[in-house]
Amino acid sequence: MAGKLKEVRTRISSVTSTQQITKAMKMVSAAKLRRAQDAITQMRPYAIKMGELLSNIASGSDVKIDYAQQREIKNVLIVAITSDKGLAGAFNTNVVKAIKQVIAEKYSKLSADNIQIMFIGKKAHDVLKRTAYKQNIEHKELFQKLSFENVTTATGKIKEGFLKGEYDEVMVVYNRFKNAATQILETEQFLPIKKLEIPAGNKKQNIDYIFDPEKEQMIEELVPRILNTTFFRYVLDSNASEHGARMTAMDKASENANELLKELKIAYNRARQAAITTELTEIVSGAAAQQGN
Amino acid sequence: MQVEILSPEKRVFNGEADSVQFPGTTGSFQVLNNHAPLIASLKQGKIKLVRGKEIKLFTITGGFVEVLKNNVSVLVEGVKQI
Repeated sequence: MAGKLKEVRTRISSVTSTQQITKAMKMVSAAKLRRAQDAITQMRPYAIKMGELLSNIASGSDVKIDYAQQREIKNVLIVAITSDKGLAGAFNTNVVKAIKQVIAEKYSKLSADNIQIMFIGKKAHDVLKRTAYKQNIEHKELFQKLSFENVTTATGKIKEGFLKGEYDEVMVVYNRFKNAATQILETEQFLPIKKLEIPAGNKKQNIDYIFDPEKEQMIEELVPRILNTTFFRYVLDSNASEHGARMTAMDKASENANELLKELKIAYNRARQAAITTELTEIVSGAAAQQGN
Repeated sequence: MQVEILSPEKRVFNGEADSVQFPGTTGSFQVLNNHAPLIASLKQGKIKLVRGKEIKLFTITGGFVEVLKNNVSVLVEGVKQI
């Protein structure tokens, strides 16, 4: 009986220390989440102003944009935005699943040679590195030094490849950040631009702006910058989602550990009581046997 | 006039200024009080902000500026204060 007791005691201490780790990880994720959320909020005024500018410039003009070129789809690029580390629930698995799904649904006619996957964050690469698709791991470690500049370098490569005709469509698979507990998996077409989204409801219309340079040229300059901002948002969203997902996962883990501990404690007390009862019975029956003599 | 400099990473500057100089794609220009509504694109260069005797300089890699009713909004990439 003493053996069982010791066994339960060891399990209790091991679960407790695991729980300490998951609690600590949850705390760390919460702090990182706050920072990642701040980054999104910081970007918002810039993105809003950018939209206003676009609506001011693009209203009433019809310009050909290179990035909106619709071509026959022979080659595609899929950008997989995942995290560098695991233990975030289904966060990365979902991205990998969505990539497989998009290939099966949209690009089933293309051979593996014509599909290129660009990895941002290490996790998707760990899973997909043995597939036959072309793989671009140049920006795999983007999250180690996350800045607008670094993200823009990656975006630049994507835009360049599209203009050169290396691929005719670019899809981005990432987790959109809704709130700390909810991430929404998105598969979005990055290029060609479907249609310039001109924010409606701008009441400042009919202002006679001086444009320098001309509207057309301005749009040509504005569009790549909007693409940069959009892609930066994808990465920031994914980053915040990652920490949110990890926080939720670690919270669940701590909760489960609690439940496990409760059960183990009951088992421990039962075993202890059983040991005492056995010992008592032995003593009592031993004494009875002596008296019988 | 009120000047606001925004980058995708943060709000770089927000405050009053007497004049601002920009590196426009078609040539350098200056914005003073009561400037007409303007939208211009910027190339790599320096933004010079003057208020009284105080001068602030920012290097940028490119961006846009909108001037409307003494509100100057500057959207820039790769901005650094020097």
